[in-house]
Amino acid sequence: MPDLQPLTASEIEDWLDEELDAALSLRRTSHAAAVSLSSLARDQQEFARHWIAVVAKTNPEFAFHLANRAADGLKRMAQNDAEAWIIQAMDVYDKMGLYPAIAALGAVEAFASARAERARAVTLEEVGPVLELFLQALSGRRLRLENGEPAFTDTTRLFLPASIAWRPTREENLRLYKAVAAHLWAQTWFGTFPGHNPERLVTSCRAFPDPDYARELFHALETIRLDACLARELPGLYRELRALHDRPPAARSWRPWVARLEAADATVDVTYEALTALYGEPIPEPRPYQGTLNGDAVATALAERIEHERTALQDALKKLLAGRMPPPPGQDKRRFAAGKEQSDSSEPTLLLDGQQLAAPPDVRALMKSITQDLGDIPEEYLVPAGDGGYAPASPKKAEDVWKGTYHEEGAFLYNEWDYKRQHYRKEWCVLREIDVHPAEEPFVADTLRKYAGLATRLRKTFEALRGENAVQRRQKHGDEVDFDALIQGFSDLRSGRELPDGLFLRNRRLARNIAVMFMVDMSGSTKGWINDAERESLVLLCEALEILGDRYAIYGFSGITRKRCEIYRVKRFDEPYDKDVRARITGIRPQDYTRMGVAIRHLCGMLKNVEARTKLLVTLSDGKPDDYDGYRGEYGIEDTRQALLEAKRDGIHAFCITIDTDARDYLPHMYGAANYALVDDVRKLPLKISDIYRHLTS
Amino acid sequence: MKPGAMRAEVLLITKEPYYEAQGDEIALFEGAYRNKIPVLLKGPTGCGKTRFMEHMAWRLKRPLVTVSCHDDLTASDLVGRYLITAGDTVWIDGPLTHAVRVGGICYLDEVVEARKDTTVVIHPLADDRRVLPIEKTGEVLSAPPEFALAISYNPGYQSVLKDLKQSTRQRFVGLEFDYPSADLEKRIVDHESGVGDETAARLVRFAAMTRNLKGSGLEEGASTRLLVHAAKLMVSGIGAQAACRGAIAQALTDDPEMLAAINEISASLF
Repeated sequence: MPDLQPLTASEIEDWLDEELDAALSLRRTSHAAAVSLSSLARDQQEFARHWIAVVAKTNPEFAFHLANRAADGLKRMAQNDAEAWIIQAMDVYDKMGLYPAIAALGAVEAFASARAERARAVTLEEVGPVLELFLQALSGRRLRLENGEPAFTDTTRLFLPASIAWRPTREENLRLYKAVAAHLWAQTWFGTFPGHNPERLVTSCRAFPDPDYARELFHALETIRLDACLARELPGLYRELRALHDRPPAARSWRPWVARLEAADATVDVTYEALTALYGEPIPEPRPYQGTLNGDAVATALAERIEHERTALQDALKKLLAGRMPPPPGQDKRRFAAGKEQSDSSEPTLLLDGQQLAAPPDVRALMKSITQDLGDIPEEYLVPAGDGGYAPASPKKAEDVWKGTYHEEGAFLYNEWDYKRQHYRKEWCVLREIDVHPAEEPFVADTLRKYAGLATRLRKTFEALRGENAVQRRQKHGDEVDFDALIQGFSDLRSGRELPDGLFLRNRRLARNIAVMFMVDMSGSTKGWINDAERESLVLLCEALEILGDRYAIYGFSGITRKRCEIYRVKRFDEPYDKDVRARITGIRPQDYTRMGVAIRHLCGMLKNVEARTKLLVTLSDGKPDDYDGYRGEYGIEDTRQALLEAKRDGIHAFCITIDTDARDYLPHMYGAANYALVDDVRKLPLKISDIYRHLTS
Repeated sequence: MKPGAMRAEVLLITKEPYYEAQGDEIALFEGAYRNKIPVLLKGPTGCGKTRFMEHMAWRLKRPLVTVSCHDDLTASDLVGRYLITAGDTVWIDGPLTHAVRVGGICYLDEVVEARKDTTVVIHPLADDRRVLPIEKTGEVLSAPPEFALAISYNPGYQSVLKDLKQSTRQRFVGLEFDYPSADLEKRIVDHESGVGDETAARLVRFAAMTRNLKGSGLEEGASTRLLVHAAKLMVSGIGAQAACRGAIAQALTDDPEMLAAINEISASLF
């Protein structure tokens, strides 16, 4: 809007005074902020005003700081970058509180230059997934990618910087990422750290007067050896390495060693020899992709893994033996052995008493990993564990984490939509899955007795719906002749017209291919009648769905605050409708609040992975989204709506069955005009629900 | 091809199809054939099941009738149906009936894909009765001793809904196929395409790398067939990376990340 005049300082000041009232005092006025903002163009001022107002809803104090910084930020950055700057500061606020957030706002200069760098930088976030697949394909033990600077590997994990912007173009930085990752992989694959002596690098370097220098020299020499390995195994990658780095010719004294290191049979032993021989020489400039060496991290990870894998293999062998025949007479024990396949692949095979054994995939992976460290599988590894020799740490139970000190380990984290910011609050909700406590009451039998007439009727209607065979008439091709069509066709033919081409009957099985997820409101407000009605409805629904053969799952949801969202398993997709499921339906009890968005996100994540042509999310609810920490009113509704929009993007149809008579005010906005059903009398819910489901899916 | 329009002579394979045995599958198949036991071939796609059938048909000098099953394939598609000609209806044999009549080998590829009613016609043929009842004509065809039935399925990617029922699978002699060992696969790729030992070896390594990704976003690694495709493209002058991208990466997946990863691998190897 170039024709609009910028607002004057006093106009801005009036506005700020109103907006930031809570953060201002006699000695702390908005004057300075207003003056700085008055120097901006009108559209920038509007941008600043918008965000100051948004932030003020979260925290006026924070907004006051933004008002003072906004002009500076907008002078340094374009509006979209400035928006990112504010959003990032708000994320800090969400995670760590006011003061770190103010500091984040203050770092505007650093943020601006980082944004500029980002144009050419490549981040681990974007290349990580591809790199991980790339490394996995290259073979060897699976390496976990982690964020860390400088780049190094401890042979279990691979640490890469969060972003690389060392070169002027994105293309080159991308190449560099791949080169660094591949080079670190080469350390783990071409035996830089043999497993027999995990501390070798550390102790060898310590033997020299200057261990740091020794390590760097070793690294330079090892890089020469690894590059030669890569040149043989992955010539395409090697070409890329060369393109990244102009290599000056090696010093004269180095040349014989370079030749030895580049030989096909050179092992890390040669590198150590060269280290001793060339100690004291100047180290050539490090190659940009070589990363660093961290001998201590390697020693720890290697020692730990070797110990772990030995016990894990012994334990796995014991499991393999369980249920097998006792040893043949004359032999006290059955003996395992490892054999190498004759071909060039490095995969070891497992032999039992000389007979080849098809080892399960996890055992094969274990044997491969051990071979990668040690070259082969030592004898003592192949002795099955004795009784009680190896007890794996028991996994933590989801319900236990609330006891004692709070932590988020093992929980699911979900974003939540903040409509005021028009952005997600990142990893805002902490969600756990818990089993419903089964109850041993005759509830299911009672329900079926209570609704005996209805259940029979339901069975009939649903049987009619079941993937039945439909006969299609007048088809061009088919299993049988359609005589009606044929007779008519002949009379057509006789009267001089053409014989129609659709003369066959065709049997088509209209297969139902539906997966449905029921999301049951277990909030405190369902106590009493509603809870009973919900449970009865579920019983009748399950009966009907068993007839139909649709795949279905039932989960309850509730929780209290964003830190404690809970999903209650009643029935998983792959679980049969058995007495455990019935006991869990019986055991559904009202819990706390209704934070719907996070529940929808979690359940849709599961539903997404089910293969079905039609995916349906049916919510049984008694009211609006509502939680203790501000998740109510518009905020809750907008987050729920956003979660449903995400579901729609994943091809999931959402439908809501509610007993809230006010639902017409908000449900159309959340689910869409036709995607909800209102049952005004709770007691009718069990009667109606199957009908609703039938309409929905036929 | 209209059902019934094929002639047994055309289906007789006169030139030896190239096949490298992975193990004792040829002897097993011949044994099963002599004893009139039907055969079930298991294995991932593109590892040579169909080629093996062609080879066996050539060895046993029987016509081969191959039916690729799909989820709309019914018993009538196999057995036959009435067609209408001017003023009359004519019975036309389906491929299975045809194979029974001429004493050929009927190979039902990916049999689990077919509708369940097809098992009705397979079962009596697959046990010692060896008969094919044709419901619509009232005929019961008795299979001659030369007739053989073979079916294939891929245990790797079938959903639970499409598992082979015990009552079906327990009528067959099972032959398991897998990707050939590295040496053998190299020989096959080289023989089929003429790409040369060195490149064939690299392609085989490439395949092994993609097979490492199975389960991490790829349903299957690159099959021997894809390697042959890529090798043929290379022989006709297409660059190694472009050939891998087109014949292997794009054939394996649509996922952009996976494509990027596979292309990075081929760029590293060639």
